[in-house]
Amino acid sequence: MSDDRWLDEDAGPIFRPYTVTRGRTRLRDDSLNLISLLEATGLPVPRRTRLDPEHRRVLAFCAEPITFADLSSEIDLPVGVVRVLVDDLREENLLRVLQATPTGDVPDELVLRKLLHGLRAL
Amino acid sequence: MDYAHSDTAVHVPATARRGGGQPTAAKILIAGGFGVGKTTMVGSISEIRPLRTEEMLTDRSTGVDDTTGVADKTSTTVAMDFGRITMGEGLILYLFGTPGQERFWFMWDELALGAVGAVVLADVRRLADSFAAIDYFEDRGTPFMVAVNCFDGAERKDPADVRIALDLDPDVPLVMCDVRSRDSAKEVLIAMVEHVLARTTAAVGARR
Repeated sequence: MSDDRWLDEDAGPIFRPYTVTRGRTRLRDDSLNLISLLEATGLPVPRRTRLDPEHRRVLAFCAEPITFADLSSEIDLPVGVVRVLVDDLREENLLRVLQATPTGDVPDELVLRKLLHGLRAL
Repeated sequence: MDYAHSDTAVHVPATARRGGGQPTAAKILIAGGFGVGKTTMVGSISEIRPLRTEEMLTDRSTGVDDTTGVADKTSTTVAMDFGRITMGEGLILYLFGTPGQERFWFMWDELALGAVGAVVLADVRRLADSFAAIDYFEDRGTPFMVAVNCFDGAERKDPADVRIALDLDPDVPLVMCDVRSRDSAKEVLIAMVEHVLARTTAAVGARR
């Protein structure tokens, strides 16, 4: 099925949040999971790069490791929009994914044991 | 950028990162029919945090959504809560309630990806409401268990009868619970992780 279904003029207000992303909804890398850990790289912003206030807010929150879910909750923009902002920042090497979350597989035995221990201690 | 540091609670605890320890995030899904107590369970055991999502409008959902009626809506943002439990050793457990309506099915795939497993909450008065979730996790091979939420005044059922009614495989755990109780919700999550751990160690043992 084609994207045209979504991108006709009738879409109207549906895309308003994506003005933040200048209309971009496509991602270079869409492997980001809600529990992916993000951290700012601390590298200087390239001179040619223009960051929007929303980009800067994302960067600020990522000064310390934070999951994509918590970041989206804090930024208070729809997950799809934050996904694009994160993608932009990763493209500029300003943000990195710290922990490639297990994609597909259940977490390993060590994580499960830690989890069990943590739950019992609650 | 100082304001980012004003709320360190959302970040991975610094103690978790000392000594180069890699912080870890894990997630468990809470599924089940509408009104079965998913949000209650997440709220009784974890800190609830709001999430705005409208992914159904991106290309990820093309072909999945029924758009009937959507075009008329002025706001298309969908609110979705999730739970967060910060544990020691740099571990954070996230609880995601799976959206009940059929038009959100596409979100389940992302939620299920890399999940520890899923708890299917069931109400004995409406067991059929759990079928969709059970079928989904069975098809996908996601480890899951069934937790029968016993509301006040709800008819008590023999777990064996519920198991038959749900046509559960013998190795799928089934527990009775009251998700309004923190201890009960905790026991459910412990049973979930124990089940997955047993499966994992069995799989490792079989490979040896």
